[in-house]
Amino acid sequence: MSKILVCIKRVVDYNVRIRVKPDGSGIITDGVKMSINPFDEIALEEAIRLKERGIASEVIVASIGPTETQQQLRVGLAMGADRAIHIQHDTAIEPLTAAKAFLKIVEQEAPLLVITGKQAIDDDNAQTGQMLAALWNRPQACFTSKLEITNNITRATREVDDGLETIELDLPAVITCDLRLNEPRYVKLPEIMKAKKKPLELFMLNDMGITLNQQFKTVNVAPPPARQKGVLVKDAKELVELLKVKGVL
Amino acid sequence: MTRILIIAEHAHGKLNISTRKTVSCAAQIIGAEIDIAVFADQASDVATQAAQLAGVKRVLKVEHPAFAHALAATYAPAIVELASNYTHLFAPSTTFGKDLMPRVAALLGVGQISDAMAIEGSHRFVRPIYAGNAMVTLDAEPGHKLVATIRTASFQPAATTGNASIESVSIAATLPNHTRFISHSEEHNDRPDLQSAARVVAGGRALGSAENFNLIYQLADQLGAGVGASRAAVDAGYAANELQVGQTGKIIAPDLYIAVGISGAIQHLTGIKDARTIVAINKDPEAPIFDVADIGLVGDLFSVLPELAKHL
Ligand SMILES: Cc1cc2nc3c(=O)[nH]c(=O)nc-3n(C[C@H](O)[C@H](O)[C@H](O)COP(=O)(O)OP(=O)(O)OC[C@H]3O[C@@H](n4cnc5c(N)ncnc54)[C@H](O)[C@@H]3O)c2cc1C
Repeated sequence: MSKILVCIKRVVDYNVRIRVKPDGSGIITDGVKMSINPFDEIALEEAIRLKERGIASEVIVASIGPTETQQQLRVGLAMGADRAIHIQHDTAIEPLTAAKAFLKIVEQEAPLLVITGKQAIDDDNAQTGQMLAALWNRPQACFTSKLEITNNITRATREVDDGLETIELDLPAVITCDLRLNEPRYVKLPEIMKAKKKPLELFMLNDMGITLNQQFKTVNVAPPPARQKGVLVKDAKELVELLKVKGVL
Repeated sequence: MTRILIIAEHAHGKLNISTRKTVSCAAQIIGAEIDIAVFADQASDVATQAAQLAGVKRVLKVEHPAFAHALAATYAPAIVELASNYTHLFAPSTTFGKDLMPRVAALLGVGQISDAMAIEGSHRFVRPIYAGNAMVTLDAEPGHKLVATIRTASFQPAATTGNASIESVSIAATLPNHTRFISHSEEHNDRPDLQSAARVVAGGRALGSAENFNLIYQLADQLGAGVGASRAAVDAGYAANELQVGQTGKIIAPDLYIAVGISGAIQHLTGIKDARTIVAINKDPEAPIFDVADIGLVGDLFSVLPELAKHL
């Protein structure tokens, strides 16, 4: 029977207002709440639902990151994944490296589907799924908001700039999720306790036979330019007048 | 020497304005030679339009029945075949380019710069991270081919005063057929396109129903504006998904953006940071949208909008 591999990333929680380090070297992450990237949570939910519908037999959740990444993997197990794979690495890597590492897992597990978020909300790169599909030489459906798998036909509806596009894919394939694919379930406390007993396999990224050289070097990280403080108007009439004065109308 | 290949985005025989903006970005690299590749089953009309863009040297027409729809898996091996002549490969950071270019980059064994918003030399780029709450400047290693998607809201469309040559190119690569186009939703409005409209009126959760969302359409029509929506309004079914503005929707830079009943979550604000004038109409004076608005009006939209209609 078939496996689904879900790739998740540990990121700064989407509710946190991030701050740039004064020396411009990055973002302050000390003491900041970390979570599963919201798009990856949707990926995990979709995989679990496919298993609940009998389309998959096993859901594997995998992530690359420091030791603490296991917190997010445990949440994934509590949501309903059967086992976890932690690829340990302490510094940030580029998406191509992530895709190469996930490819190693794909080669080992031979999943029917790889599902992941369309982007991670920290670096907003939106690359890893496509890169994995390319290296694996398999189809990709990006920004998926609906996934139908029936009688060996797989159709993905994608959110594109001018509406919705539906494509058909041969499996195995890589799916990247948009926000409207599903609404992830809440994890209940007993599930978190039970998840502690589920298997978690550990790899070291450095030992996976992947070259880790970075192609891009961060020169500087800066906050965006602040907008000038605006003015309040008291009613619609005053609004229209001011827009005319500003030459916008 | 810098040689840039831009992958054209187009539909129904028309070059998308995102391609023109990508050309403007490429033209900021001093001394760069810029070519555009048009992949299509029939590419002539689009190639003619691409050849008019100022700064473009050559337009490559790459025609094949398999290119009738922009499928990343089908385009990517063909782009890789053309890539050997170029130092840089660009596409707009629209859903077209975001889908396609990482696949191209991985096949080439290189990384990608996503959403380049400024260019400071042939291998130095600025791009937004954390939903635009920080800007990172990156140096790319010059020894590698540079693949990038270009944030269209950051660049003006290239002028149409050019006169590039048009060449047909054939592809030897075997194109996969494991990914097939099935259908595309109908385009249901003839309003100004959200991504290029000079004015945009957007509605949020506060509208309360698809029917009430017509108030947004009415105001937009009066202003000749495009229509946008917050994620909450789209999720609730008040507005179509392609109207979503923000981190996961469209990044826009209109002259005038009117946010009606939108709270101003960071994920929404990232889509409107480059708008020239932001107007917020919200009944909660504490709503974060007022922190970025140039003009704020605290009030109930259901009374403000009819008033506004009278005064316009
Ligand atoms: C990963 C991720 C990505 C996201 N991407 C996006 C994105 O791309 N775009 C996006 O928009 N959101 C996005 N969101 C969601 C975002 O966090 C907010 O939930 C969303 O923007 C809220 O939409 P809203 O402002 O319409 O609704 P609310 O936050 O509910 O705000 C409604 C506002 O209407 C006001 N109001 C209510 N009644 C009236 C009235 N009668 N008259 C006037 N004002 C009234 C209220 O005061 C309130 O400020 C994303 C979230 C996540 C987690």
